Amino acid sequence: MTRYSAWSILKNALKGNKDWTPAWRKPEPKSSYDVIIIGGGGHGLSTAFYLASQHGITNVAVIEKGYLGSGNIGRNTTIVRSNYRLTPNSQFYEKSMELWRELSHNLNYNVMFSPRGVLNLAHTPGQMDTYAERGNQMRLMGVKSELLDRDQVARLNPGLDVSGSARFPIEGGLLQPDAGNARHDAVAWGYARAADQLGVDILENTEVTGFLKEGDRIVGVETNRGEIRAAKTGVAVAGSTSRVMKLAGVEKLPIESTVLQAFVSESIKPIIPTVTTFGAGHLYVSQSDKGGLVFGGNIDYYNSYAQRGNLPVWEEVTSELVAMFPNFARLRLLRSWGGIMDMSMDGSPIITAGPLDGMYLNAGWCYGGFKATPASGWCFAHTIANDKPHALNKDFTLDRFKEGRMIDETGRGPTPWYH
Amino acid sequence: MKRAVAPHLGTIKMRLTCPFCGERDHQEFTYRGDASAKRPAIENDSIEDHRAYVFDRANPDGDHRELWNHTSGCRMHVVVTRNTTTHKVTGCEPVGPWAKTMKARS
Repeated sequence: MTRYSAWSILKNALKGNKDWTPAWRKPEPKSSYDVIIIGGGGHGLSTAFYLASQHGITNVAVIEKGYLGSGNIGRNTTIVRSNYRLTPNSQFYEKSMELWRELSHNLNYNVMFSPRGVLNLAHTPGQMDTYAERGNQMRLMGVKSELLDRDQVARLNPGLDVSGSARFPIEGGLLQPDAGNARHDAVAWGYARAADQLGVDILENTEVTGFLKEGDRIVGVETNRGEIRAAKTGVAVAGSTSRVMKLAGVEKLPIESTVLQAFVSESIKPIIPTVTTFGAGHLYVSQSDKGGLVFGGNIDYYNSYAQRGNLPVWEEVTSELVAMFPNFARLRLLRSWGGIMDMSMDGSPIITAGPLDGMYLNAGWCYGGFKATPASGWCFAHTIANDKPHALNKDFTLDRFKEGRMIDETGRGPTPWYH
Repeated sequence: MKRAVAPHLGTIKMRLTCPFCGERDHQEFTYRGDASAKRPAIENDSIEDHRAYVFDRANPDGDHRELWNHTSGCRMHVVVTRNTTTHKVTGCEPVGPWAKTMKARS
């Protein structure tokens, strides 16, 4: 397999770009593997990559129902950050940041990680106090943070309406300077290619239709391409978690699926230098390398598997964007789409062995799964390889709901549609 | 005007017929989650039963019975039956003591 480099680009350019080979194989499924990962999204692929590269387990299959990158890994707003308040979250997401910084080198694939800064706007003095608290929490955990006043925000983000007559006048903001964006598709393709090179079989268009059981133990899966057996089966299927787990006989989980919409506008000249979030509602916007504004807001609050949303959220999100940046009022939207979020009961993820023997579960990402992709795979691979959690995911268990150790970042209780 | 943007997926507007107020846009309502979760009796001291009530959800792909509160209307709770894949609403019933009164009247 070719290693991508400036030299390979030059060499292939001179030969008319006829010698490029596919980035990953399309193998036939074997009858058994050491580990099966269900779900060829970011988390599944990164798990396979770290199983192979960190734990030496290369006899691995990643089973994907559709084509690679067709789920949430290709549907998100590409934001990468670790500005969390609670210790388990900030440690975990900071590990992710650490992996993001070296990801392009480690995968030999340009994931276009762009640490342009994530700026959360504050619109009231009270909000400034909360941001000061969160900023301090982040600093205590070794995460960079800066509390900005209104003038600093204005200098950083010249398009913003910072006037006193704005619908929600801006007080200041909290900046995580080394957070930013990455190219979401490249993350899926990069992990797939790197895992494939280490011997992982990526089985696209392979749908899991059932689980193979010996007693209570999961020993593999039934698919539309036949039975595949494995000593260990990992499930990393985001919004489809409840659907897939039902096939294994797990009827209920602390998860509800909802739809989150995202939007992209026509291309304009560079105007937003950071990822910017609106503090008086819920909106996050950044500008893609092609110039389009990529933004999203709240989930549509009700349970949904539709992969498309309704108009009220569209209206809410766009009106928030215009409240922040009045000069965007006449921009046209190019596309909008929906993805299914696995909203957990406390807003934090689940990476654990179980709930059945021979099975491992990675779920509950709410709408923050993209930034977690590297650390999620890192921890899930460790959990699968060693049958015990990594220090960074020991708190992300299913048992926490029984033991009262919820990791509820926003303190909203078991209302998954508000997390 | 109701217009199907993707006929196989149902309509883009989701409207709920409140048993007290009539057909309204779903924006008037606040989602209150799975209606099938039943609170265990107060005498029940099984932690497991209470945990299951608070946290465990079937999260079905298909028909889902769920509570909505008509916050911008009569402020009553209603139980809506809605398909989570097509968003098609097939039922909207009153709930609580009012349900009995309504039934008695009809």
